[in-house]
This record gives sequence, C-alpha cells and structure tokens, in this order.
Amino acid sequence: MATPKTPAPRRALVLGGNRIPFARAGGRYAHASNQDMLTAALDGLVARYGLQGERIGEVAAGAVLKHSRDFNLTREAVLGSALSAQTPAYDVQQACATGLETVVSLSNKIRLGQLESAISGGVDTTSDAPIAVSDRLRRALLDLSRAKNMQQKLAAAAKIRPKDLAPSTPRTSEPRTGLSMGEHQALTTAQWGITREAQDEVAYASHHRLAAAWEAGFFDDLVTPYRGQTIDGNLRADTSLEKLATLRPTFGLGLDTPATMTAGNSTPLTDGASTVLLGSDEWAAEHDLTPLAVVVDAEAGAVDFVHGEDGLLMAPAFAVPRLLARNGLTLDDFAYVEIHEAFASTVLTTLAAWESDEFGRARLGLPGAFGTVDRERLNVHGSSLAAGHPFAATGGRIVATISKELHLRKQRDGGTPRALVSVCAAGGLGLTAILEAA
Amino acid sequence: MTDTYLNLVNSGVTAKLAKQLGLPRPAPLRRYRPGQPLLDGPALVLGPGKDADAVASLLSSGWDVDVHRHAAPDARYAAVVLVLTEVTHPTDLSAPVLAAAATLRGLARGGRVVTVSRTAADDDAPALAAARQGVDGLLRSLAKELRGGATGNGIVLDAGVDVDAPSVVGALRFFLSTRSAFVDGQLLTVSSGAGALPDDWEHPLAGRVAVVTGAARGIGEAIASTLARDGATVVCVDVPSAGEQLATVANRVRGTALQLDVTTDDAGARILEHALARHGRIDVVVHNAGITRDKLLANMTPEKWDSVLAVNIAAQLRINEALLESGDFVHQPRIVSLASTSGIAGNRGQTNYAASKGGVIGMVRATAPLLAAFGGTANAVAPGFIETEMTARIPALTRQVARRLNSLQQGGQPVDVAETVAFLASPAAGGVVGRVLRVCGQNMVGQ
Repeated sequence: MATPKTPAPRRALVLGGNRIPFARAGGRYAHASNQDMLTAALDGLVARYGLQGERIGEVAAGAVLKHSRDFNLTREAVLGSALSAQTPAYDVQQACATGLETVVSLSNKIRLGQLESAISGGVDTTSDAPIAVSDRLRRALLDLSRAKNMQQKLAAAAKIRPKDLAPSTPRTSEPRTGLSMGEHQALTTAQWGITREAQDEVAYASHHRLAAAWEAGFFDDLVTPYRGQTIDGNLRADTSLEKLATLRPTFGLGLDTPATMTAGNSTPLTDGASTVLLGSDEWAAEHDLTPLAVVVDAEAGAVDFVHGEDGLLMAPAFAVPRLLARNGLTLDDFAYVEIHEAFASTVLTTLAAWESDEFGRARLGLPGAFGTVDRERLNVHGSSLAAGHPFAATGGRIVATISKELHLRKQRDGGTPRALVSVCAAGGLGLTAILEAA
Repeated sequence: MTDTYLNLVNSGVTAKLAKQLGLPRPAPLRRYRPGQPLLDGPALVLGPGKDADAVASLLSSGWDVDVHRHAAPDARYAAVVLVLTEVTHPTDLSAPVLAAAATLRGLARGGRVVTVSRTAADDDAPALAAARQGVDGLLRSLAKELRGGATGNGIVLDAGVDVDAPSVVGALRFFLSTRSAFVDGQLLTVSSGAGALPDDWEHPLAGRVAVVTGAARGIGEAIASTLARDGATVVCVDVPSAGEQLATVANRVRGTALQLDVTTDDAGARILEHALARHGRIDVVVHNAGITRDKLLANMTPEKWDSVLAVNIAAQLRINEALLESGDFVHQPRIVSLASTSGIAGNRGQTNYAASKGGVIGMVRATAPLLAAFGGTANAVAPGFIETEMTARIPALTRQVARRLNSLQQGGQPVDVAETVAFLASPAAGGVVGRVLRVCGQNMVGQ
C-alpha cells in the first residue's frame, strides 16, 4: 500500500498584480457591476502575464457589498475572463480584509503544495450596490409565493403596507451599535487625542506620494485602465494642507471633543477591483515570471468594540505585535509599513497605541511601548485616502504595490527588505501580514 | 469603416446604374484566410530562359499551382508572371509583354500580374539598362489598367541575386497571394540571397517573438493579430492610457501587454527586458506607434511639431539604438517601421508628420546595414489611405475623394498594412533591406 506523500512546506510568491484604476462612486464605473470590474481586473492580469487559456490552480476573490445573484461571483468572473474555464474559484468575504485574506489563504495553499498558482482578488462597487426590499415586504412576498389558493394569496398580499415598499439600502453602519464606521472612528480618534492637523498631514502625504508614483510610471505594470478611467479618480495631486484645513468635519459632530474627521482625511466611497498573481518557485520559473515578494506570515485579530474599550478599527494594533513576536521581528525590521488608511486617524491611532508605554504594558503585555514607525517607511506610494477604498479591492492594491516596491528595493540595495501590511475591517476585525522581497 | 459607395456599385440596381453612368467601380478585394489556396486558378509564366523555367517549376511543384508556359485560348488566369530577368535590349520585352497582353481581358477577378526583372545599374550597357528600367514604367502603367481588384507588382533583383533566392520566392508568393490585396503598382528590390524559406508557409513566424508598438487599436491591432496568426508570440505595446484596449488585443492574440510610452528614455530597455524575461528572445520590432498633429507650417506650434517628431521618429531611433547595443537582437532580426505616403509625396498640413515619416525611410535605409551581420533587416511600410478611426474623422466628401485616388479605387484595410509588415518581418524577407513597400492601392501621388 502506498504511503501518502505530503510535500514539505515551501515559499509562496507574489508574482505580479493588476487592478483597474479606482473611481469615485457614481463616476465612470457607475454602471459597472462587481462581476464586470473583477473580470476586467482579471483580464488585465492575464494580458500582462500572458496567461490566456491557462488553468490557474485557484482564484479567490470577494466583495463586501454583494448582490445575492453574485453567490459565485469569482467563478463567474473567471468564466468571463481569458483564463481557462477549468480554473476553479471561490468567494471570500471578510469585510475590508477580504482582499488580503484571499492572498493569505491562497499562499497558504501554495505553501502546502495544494496549489502551484493562484490569483487573489477583490472588488467593490458602491455605485451598483444591492438594494433589498424591507423584511416585512420580503416575508409577505415569500408567503405569497408559497400560497396555494386565492384566499391564502389575498391574505399574504393584505399584509403589505405602503411603508414596507421603501427599499432597504446597504449601510456601512455596524449592526450591533448602529454607528457608522466614521462615528466609531471618531470615538477612537477622541480617545487617543489625535489632532486635525496630524490627520490632514497623513492625507496630504497620501495624495502626494500616490501622485508621484503615477507620475513616475510606477503603476504602468500594476494598473490597466477601464471604461476611460486611466488614473485613480479620487487622487488630488494638487491638494495642500491649507485646502484640507478648509473642509468641514463630517464625523464626531455630537462628541464633547472637537470634531476633526473630514471628507479629506476619510476615504470616500469608491468603485474598483484588484488582483494579485501568486505562485510557487517552480510555477514562476516555468512561466518565466519574476518573483517579486514572498508571503511570509499573517495574523488576524479582532477587538470587542461593542463592550470593550477598544475602537472598532483597532484590531491590527493587537494582531501585529503577535505576528511580529511569532516571527522574532520588531517594527525596526521593516523597510516598509503599509497601514490601510480607512481614515487618517485609523493610521494615527494604531501608531499611537504602539508608541504608548501604557498600551504596551497593559494591553499587549510587553515591558513598554511596542515601537514606532518611521513615517518615511509608512505608505510610501500613498494609500486609501488618495487611491480610494473599494472595500474588498484594497488588500490586493496594497499587496501588489508593496511587492513591486520590495522587488525594486532589493534590486537597488540588495538584502531582503520586508514589508508589514495591516488592514482594519468592520466588525472589529483586522488582518496583518508580512511580505519580504523574493 | 464601411465603404458604402463600394457596396452600392457592386450590388443590384445601383451597380447597373454606376456602370451606365461610367462611375468608378471599385471591386471588393479578397483577403487572406489561413488554408486558402495560393491561387484560385491557373498561372501563366512568360519569359525566355531558365529563370522563367525555375519560376514555373517553383509554382507547379513547390506550390501546387496549375502552370501554363503558353497562353491557352479562353483560359482565365489567376496570375500572370512575367520573368524578364534575361532581357538585354528593350526590344526583348515585346514577345513576353504582348503575350501577357492577350490574357489580360480574361484575367480572373483579383488576378495578379507579377514582373520579375533585374535592377538597372549605372554600369550596365545602355541598352541593357534601358530594357531593365523599362520594366519599371511598364509595370506601373499596367497596374493602372487592371480592373476587378487585380494588382500588378514587380520584383527587382540586384546583381548576383538568383531568381530562387529566398526573398525572391517570398516576395513572389506574397504578391501572388491575397495577402497583398491592397499592394499595387509596386516594385520591390531584393538585394541579396539572405533569408530562409519557412517550413510552413501558413506559419512563417513560428517561434519568433515580435514587439508591436501602438498595438491597442487600428493598424497596430491588425499587425499584432496578423503576426500572431503567422505564428509569432507578440508583445503588444501601447501607452498606459490605452491599456484597456491593449489588454483586449493581447488576450486575443495570446501575447503579453506592455503598457509603455515609447518616448520615454528607457523604452528600449523596458521592451528588451520584457521580451527577454517573458519570452526568452526578441526577433521582430514593428514601430507602428504614431500620432498626427496637422497644421499648416505657417501656423505650426512647437508643441505640435515636437510631439510628432518625438513619437514618430525620435522614439524609434532611440529604441533601435537600445536593440543594437543589447547584443540580444541578433537572430535574423527584423525592424519594420511605419512610414506613410505623406512622407514620400508630401501632404498639405502635414509638414511635421511628413518630416517624421520621411525620416523613417532614411532611418531604415541607414539601419539595415547595421543589422546585416546578423542576417537582419530594417524596412518600412508606407500605407496610403487606410480605413481606420483616424481616416474616419476626415470630412465625408474629402474622404470619398481620397479613397478613389488609387488604382483600386478604394481605401485599404488595416489588415492590408499588417500583411505587408508580416511579410517583411518573415525570415524569407532577409534579402529585402532598407526598402519602403507601399500599401496604397497604387495611390496617384508619389512613386
């Protein structure tokens, strides 16, 4: 009898990426569905790397705002793409961490030898968001469909009231608190005493760094235009601290502390899609692809934002110390730190927590503060404040961008530069990962 | 772009009307499809001597064509090949030319007349030079007389080039086939016996890696598709803002997309890096990317002049330099560059464009010798009026007139340019160096 031969764990590589430019909600992608955008992002990836007709090991992607008809969104996008129709696919949903989670889970399969190649992805549209009917109307309609005779039908129909006809639109409010994400973050911002100026500086850096990267052609092999959108629609290359200072606060208006969060230092609603090509060393060599980065490790976290003292988007503040401890690393070991800018203050409250002795001792169980992040290493090519944030597509944007940067850095300076990626998500979730130049 | 006029004069009542009114009646041209026979009927090979015998035997035994050496009464020929390499005096033209003349009324629709002759050199005896140069005038006039989509083209052999040289054979096949549908009234010189015949005439570019700039749309898209059909792996290059269409083209031709502005300093290096890393080699570079910024010279702005020169010629020169310096562009490399009839005959309002396209012609002539050591060539293709998005923007009446100003009385299709590019890019065309081949339906302007 044969013994099962389980392959030893090996490296999982980031080989490239492709996204469509992100567009502001209601803009050029207003009539594009999640499936349209994900297919376009896949097709751009296929074109860049010559993967036409290729049977990829598995494609995983997802969307946060999803129509029920898109139950097999990723598989349908694969079928509509230039990939082989024999490419398996599955959907993932972990709020804004969806994109990064697809990278983590697929690389784990590659590490275990279950896959040779994979494509991770994410897509979101707030322009083409699903609109549901009210629960009362839905129940009445379902009863109606089950009714066997006219009497039952009339009885079911009679339950419908005019107010039930109002559509139920998706909201970004937390189901357990009823507070929007912005209001939640406003509480955290106040808790950590983050100033308006500090937030505007983060936004300013994001726009200018992203603009510089576009200008330098950095995105020439990371982005494929779509529907006439050739650059991220939210990018304001000419923004200034003065302009940002003129914006009126939009969140935290009801708090005792000054409201500091504006449309300028919060991410706008955005449409877009991203993909990341992953593979083993063998598969990369067979396909003449240059490895950019290795997916080293990942750690998810969650905070009890409903009852506890931690803010909704603070999970990464706990996940990263665990991740680094497991890998024997400190923040100083990273050439790059990517913290998703859900809000400028999300980045700042996370950094403040890490810099706090008290937080380090009391909450992380460390002798003191966890550490500091040099701003020159933080979100070096801008992040979500400038690029926009199509929820599930953000992880793929960050991973592809920073993997290319790691590769260029290694070519330039040698060594094995590392990047830390941190994404916060609704429900008090957070997902963090370590990448290093391949 | 649909040529409505062409459709009208070829169908029903309007066709009759056009005939009665004596209006120009352009014929629909047959284009190449893989698997198509080389010729749809018999071929007549005329001319004295063993060169004509060699051509006849190539056609009959090599390409399975029904070859006649003497015109059969009532025969409807798909092609007439006039082998005039051995004429020594203008009077020698009489017999073969008049024999051909008798067949022309019965020439099949889309028929082909091809002359094979020798270059008139300065040190030829006067009568010899006169006979050889006479073929030039003969062919150009004959092409203007042909109707029904038939074309006339010539192959001119430089001293020392045999009639069975790969490029003579390749050019003959190209001119006989539907691949040359919109090439008319042209004489192509073969300078050497370099080049190699393909194992498979349907896939002459098998195993070759070709880079096409401006591949997202129009003529570039057709070039990418045609090179891929002929067996090449194609790197499709266009500016990042055209990336969506570029990806569609790359996926259709099963190549790769490279978003790149060819005017950047490192464009050549990035093309090389992509082709070598992804496909292991680089054999063919087609400089197709081009722009127009039309303005009378009196009204010309520096921006309009400089941008046209930057994209249409300076970028090509810089990329070629990188290719030549790399040491990787050495396997019978091919550079095919897009010129234009504007660059040959001039065009009002296009001084900048014509300067760039004239520049292309000078560039390929001077670049070809630099590639000769590797069996390489550089040549240009000069399109005339081609039905593209660009020409669709010409005002309707001007466009109608422009279309009819050639022997085929119609505009060409992007694929016509692409077929010519594919021929010059093929291994068989190794003996064609530094030339310009026009794809213009024998436009009335210029040579």
